[in-house]
Amino acid sequence: MAQRLRVRYAKRGRLRFTSHRDISRAVERAVRRADVPVAFSAGFSPHPRISYVGAAAPTGVASEAEYLEIGVTRECDPDRFRAALDTSLPHGLDVLDVVEAGAGSLADRLECSAWEIRLPEADPALARVAVERFVTTERVEVERLTKKGPRRFDAREAVLSLEVIEGTETTAGQASSQPCVILRMVVRHATPAVRPDDVLTGLRLVADFAPPVPPEVTRLAQGPLDVRTGKPADPFDLDRDSTRGGETEPVGQYVGGDL
Amino acid sequence: MSVESLFPRLEALLPKVQKPIQYVGGELNSTVKDWDETTVRWALMYPDAYEVGLPNQGVQILYEILNEMPETLAERTYAVWPDLEALMRSEGVPQFTVDAHRPVRAFDVFGLSFSTELGYTNMLTALDLAGIPLEAADRGDDDPIVLAGGHAAFNPEPVADFLDAAVLGDGEQIAIAITEVIREWKAEGSPGGRDELLMRLAESGGVYVPKFYDVAYHADGRIQRVAPNRSGVPWRVHKHTVMDLDEWPYPKKPLVPLAETVHERFSVEIFRGCTRGCRFCQAGMITRPVRERSITTIGDMVEAGVKASGFNEVGLLSLSSADHSEIGEVAKGLADRYEGTNTSLSLPSTRVDAFNIDLANEFSRNGRRSGLTFAPEGGSERMRKVINKMVTEEDLIRTVTTAYTQGWRQVKLYFMCGLPTEEDADVLGIADLAKKVIKAGREATGSRDVRCTVSIGGFVPKPHTPFQWAAQADHETVDRRLKALKDALRGDRDYGRAIGLRYHDGKPSIVEGMLSRGDRRVGKVIRAVWEGGGRFDGWSEHFSYQRWMEAAAETGVDVDWYTTREREENEVLPWDHLDAGLDREWLWQDWQDAVNDVEVEDCRWTPCYDCGVCPTMGTEIQIGPTGKKLLPLTVV
Repeated sequence: MAQRLRVRYAKRGRLRFTSHRDISRAVERAVRRADVPVAFSAGFSPHPRISYVGAAAPTGVASEAEYLEIGVTRECDPDRFRAALDTSLPHGLDVLDVVEAGAGSLADRLECSAWEIRLPEADPALARVAVERFVTTERVEVERLTKKGPRRFDAREAVLSLEVIEGTETTAGQASSQPCVILRMVVRHATPAVRPDDVLTGLRLVADFAPPVPPEVTRLAQGPLDVRTGKPADPFDLDRDSTRGGETEPVGQYVGGDL
Repeated sequence: MSVESLFPRLEALLPKVQKPIQYVGGELNSTVKDWDETTVRWALMYPDAYEVGLPNQGVQILYEILNEMPETLAERTYAVWPDLEALMRSEGVPQFTVDAHRPVRAFDVFGLSFSTELGYTNMLTALDLAGIPLEAADRGDDDPIVLAGGHAAFNPEPVADFLDAAVLGDGEQIAIAITEVIREWKAEGSPGGRDELLMRLAESGGVYVPKFYDVAYHADGRIQRVAPNRSGVPWRVHKHTVMDLDEWPYPKKPLVPLAETVHERFSVEIFRGCTRGCRFCQAGMITRPVRERSITTIGDMVEAGVKASGFNEVGLLSLSSADHSEIGEVAKGLADRYEGTNTSLSLPSTRVDAFNIDLANEFSRNGRRSGLTFAPEGGSERMRKVINKMVTEEDLIRTVTTAYTQGWRQVKLYFMCGLPTEEDADVLGIADLAKKVIKAGREATGSRDVRCTVSIGGFVPKPHTPFQWAAQADHETVDRRLKALKDALRGDRDYGRAIGLRYHDGKPSIVEGMLSRGDRRVGKVIRAVWEGGGRFDGWSEHFSYQRWMEAAAETGVDVDWYTTREREENEVLPWDHLDAGLDREWLWQDWQDAVNDVEVEDCRWTPCYDCGVCPTMGTEIQIGPTGKKLLPLTVV
């Protein structure tokens, strides 16, 4: 393996309905079609060295910040690699950023996520009341069905911030001018993971607040918690520092016509 | 008139259903055309779940061919699971295509590919959700032509009331011909409505329109005759045969789904048809003659398909893949080409033959070793003569022993239960055979680490085969024999743990038997089952034998009469007016030979035995060798 690349990708629009397994198959095939020099594991049943970092956004949830690492057998220019993989992936699975892996584990940097929940047709006043109650409550026990059966846990402590804003509803790319309740929150990654739907369950429990139509959820960012802003910072900042010495131009020498 | 996308309405339902990605479309290599720039539009359905239907070769081939035609559009639709069906009903969302999410009712043709009869109830769900009347007689000019194809369409009589038309055989050319008939009729302003369109299709001789035929019955229930009820309609409708597969190299751009499906590979059909003459095999009878695709076309298709899809497995399909005249060269050439690329090759449907071990070795060079499967089909020498599966015990033991000594630790052996003339001893013979295989394997390898899995399916007599006259074994008999076999294997201390057994109970075969050899009177059973909630009959968790039996009782249909009753030579069979090219007298003779344990050779290597297909259809055997070789891929 000559190089390890870190990839940030988005799951958008209709493709938010892909499951994690679907994405992993799609990436493997995209890599083959793009003729990317992916490294394979040794052994009886070789598989491509692609690992997914952090907890995947659940099926049905869109994301602007999913991460994977990929090992390649030849040095690749990250920007060209980004363009090649993005072209090869289906529209809606979009490669946003690629860096050469620096020191340290990427997984350790993914401390928290910023989420946006759009609630079409919901009552803004009721939403504000529910959020107010939620943030002023110390513990909000919710139950979720996991693979090991129902599990009860606190959905409150991991929520670092939660606010209501009003915006414009967008569904399936059709913008309408109808006002829409939007929740924005930053949630620390914990075990068990507190997911946006757990927070919605919490809002129902503390204030009987239930959205009338299925919410549209998007992960906006993942990364180390920036204490100044209270939001996740770009987890690739550290990689860029170590591989580029803080410069904007890539140092990696690019040779030849392909990747 | 343009048609609006149903997606925004569907999207609101997707968060509430299992595996929503299957309804979203957008597969790599899928096509969305502008509705208004086309004049003939097909909705193609494989009437099962997306995960089963998407990889279907037939649908993918027609989808690509139709979309390549100017002014023609084809989209796909699949059976929706009951969770989405319920939501679509409550929200009023009709059956949609996955390509552009257009309502199925807006298309000109609703074409269904039936590989199995167990998809019939799913067709009714789709029609009902689409807002198309279930019975063809109730449809109007705004409804699409509901057209069936696929192997089950060689006897479409049980679904005749629900179909406007059916097509027998290879679909490539007839789909184009139908498109042109519709285009012309529409260009003329659709004169005479759907009846005239159906008449134009029927007159061509290549499309069966059930409503233009009347069926008369004897007092005892047997069919008296099937006859056209208007002039211009042919007495018999013939199957279609594509000659020269090299001219039809489809699929060129395989659909690559995001959702997980049952076959995750690029498949190339290396030949069509089979003349081995296995008497139980409907596919082998109705797809004659053998037409090979040349080694060079296979090589080109694999190269382009892998590049366009990113699949890491290539399947070489046919009814008996190792029979291709240049299979050795194909295997070696492809294995050389993909050496070191982690692209694996697979060869389903191989015969019991030591040569196939060499092929399997070749194929596992570039990937994992998948299991080896051999199909002796019958447990005793006598049984194998009856079904004309010419494999001796020595062949089988030699082949499997070779596999074990070459490093395979596990082989799968496929058999059938309930074959004509079968007795308990024939099924128990499977246990003896499996034990001999293990014994020989242990001796040859000097290791006890060899296993085999015996997999057993229930035999269902099929139309257009020598067994079309046979009595199907009742499910009690099949279950009793399977239990005896299980006891014989389980009770064996020395071999029992080295032999696995996989089987299903005999009840689903009875329903399949009724649907396979049924006539138009069986349609009301299908409808009653569907109305009672019957869906996805190919899935054990959805299939209900009781529901089928209750529906048959309610509608006054005697299931035994259709299944366990042996037919006489002169009885008019429901599919006799549908021509697969096979000479009826030859089929009857072959049935008599079966009962007398007489075998028949493959006509590729011995003189023609007059099955009738080539002279009737104007076709001929097309096989190599071409003597050509696969060249290494040029490095870009």
